[in-house]
Amino acid sequence: MPMYSEKVMDHFMNPRNVGEIEDADGIGEEGNPVCGDMMTFYIKVKDNRLEDVKFQTFGCGAAVAVSSIVSEMAKGKTLEEALTITPSLVAHELEGLPKNKYHCSNLGAQALRKAIRDYAQKRGITIKGLEMKGEQDEEGEES
Amino acid sequence: MGNAKPERKVYVDYIATNPVLPAVLEAMLPYFQDVYGNPQSLHAWGDVAREAIEKAREQVAALISGNPEEVIFTSSGSEANNLAIKGLAQGQAGKGKHIIVSAIEHFSVLHAARTLEKAGFELTVVPVDKYGLVDPDEVAKSIRKDTILVSIMHANGEVGTIEPIAEIGKKVKEAGVLFHTDAVASTGNIPVNVNELGVDALSLAGNQFYGPKGAAALWLRKRLRLIPLMDGGVQEGGRRPGTENVPAIVGLGKAAELAVRDIPSRMEKLSPLRDKLIKGIPMAIEHVFLTGHPSQRLPHHASFCIEFIEGEAMLLLLNSQGIAVSSGSACTSRALKASHVLIAMGIPHEIAQGSLLFSLGVDNNEADIDYVLKKLPPIVDRLRQMSPLYAKFMKEKRG
Repeated sequence: MPMYSEKVMDHFMNPRNVGEIEDADGIGEEGNPVCGDMMTFYIKVKDNRLEDVKFQTFGCGAAVAVSSIVSEMAKGKTLEEALTITPSLVAHELEGLPKNKYHCSNLGAQALRKAIRDYAQKRGITIKGLEMKGEQDEEGEES
Repeated sequence: MGNAKPERKVYVDYIATNPVLPAVLEAMLPYFQDVYGNPQSLHAWGDVAREAIEKAREQVAALISGNPEEVIFTSSGSEANNLAIKGLAQGQAGKGKHIIVSAIEHFSVLHAARTLEKAGFELTVVPVDKYGLVDPDEVAKSIRKDTILVSIMHANGEVGTIEPIAEIGKKVKEAGVLFHTDAVASTGNIPVNVNELGVDALSLAGNQFYGPKGAAALWLRKRLRLIPLMDGGVQEGGRRPGTENVPAIVGLGKAAELAVRDIPSRMEKLSPLRDKLIKGIPMAIEHVFLTGHPSQRLPHHASFCIEFIEGEAMLLLLNSQGIAVSSGSACTSRALKASHVLIAMGIPHEIAQGSLLFSLGVDNNEADIDYVLKKLPPIVDRLRQMSPLYAKFMKEKRG
């Protein structure tokens, strides 16, 4: 077994916000099953806030835990705030990820960003922080 | 499916490694404190240790119907494979530089061959069919004038397929080329006879048949030139220098002796349990298929691909239920690459991610299999419920 933190195991064993939002305002898909991980994020927006966030994930324990924590971190935040969720924040929130699983935290942050972008494109609006390229930080935190 | 203590502990990962049998441990124990001499020493202490490893050599030779003086002890199956590939290729380098291996070899063969390729040897990797079988004609066709070594594994540890080694051996011998087989997964689990297989070299490892870790062997037909991997002393005829791991070698010998006696009864016990998994899992779960050959496979091995989900996630959940298995998914490998074996068999990457492999051992019983058959379906269901691939599939199915 990989050396997962208790928090990762908790989010893997009891993932929060699993599922699909049928009438989602934005959908973001990231990753590729060929590489082993794929995530789809669904968001529901009300008054510029993420009223609901749900996800579906194909992948390892870290991928599931990342999706779960990202959904938890994002829920209730304004769109601008949600866009500040970076891979390192995700990894930090999970009390660290094994180095070779760090890329999973990129996927989570990116999938959420894509869902917000989808929402912005559908509405024809711009959101501060969205035009910035997503953090592509591949460096793992020593954990 | 909480974090409560599992109802049962089921180890079905014997191909990863195994416990030593009580008789093996008992045989080993005197060689830590009572008989601790160096087998190379010229005194009574050394004599007893030397006699012990010579006895083990006979026991290992008997398991594969070889001669004791043809057995070279190593520290692992990987070392035996490296020694065979690099040692034999370099030993025959005067005659040619072409090597043939199969696409589903263990990395200790495949990567050893790649290392030789970088050093100027030429390599042909023969393909396998959807069952993981090597075609003997394909091997024969690949042999060139300058081919010096062919290495095809006896049985594959990931998919359980047993290769037609005797048939390949015949063709390789006709061409006058050396033939090595990695029999790490098979030796001690099914009958292995070096003469019937027609091989010149064979790797085996004790921790695949209830021996300890740290003791394995390369059987090498007499009078073959082999360049050692390490320089050092005269141990193992100078072919594998380094003070012998006497207790482990004694344990390997004892495990070999027990295997000679018990292989038939072990096979008789384990194949019905294996068949129960092979039959039961696809009955309980949709979109699952057996990997490897349906009948030409190891008696203790059942492997599957479970579609729409990923192996490591299954491993973690099975572990939470007290069940130990392996997977060939990218996420379970440190290199994050899907199993080269499954890919070589033509299985798409995303499906190879859902690989699950059960390998049984003498401590397993029918209740263990029932437990697995009870616990696996809800785990698969739970992961599919969160899988976007499964959601897509179900939507398309509904139209």
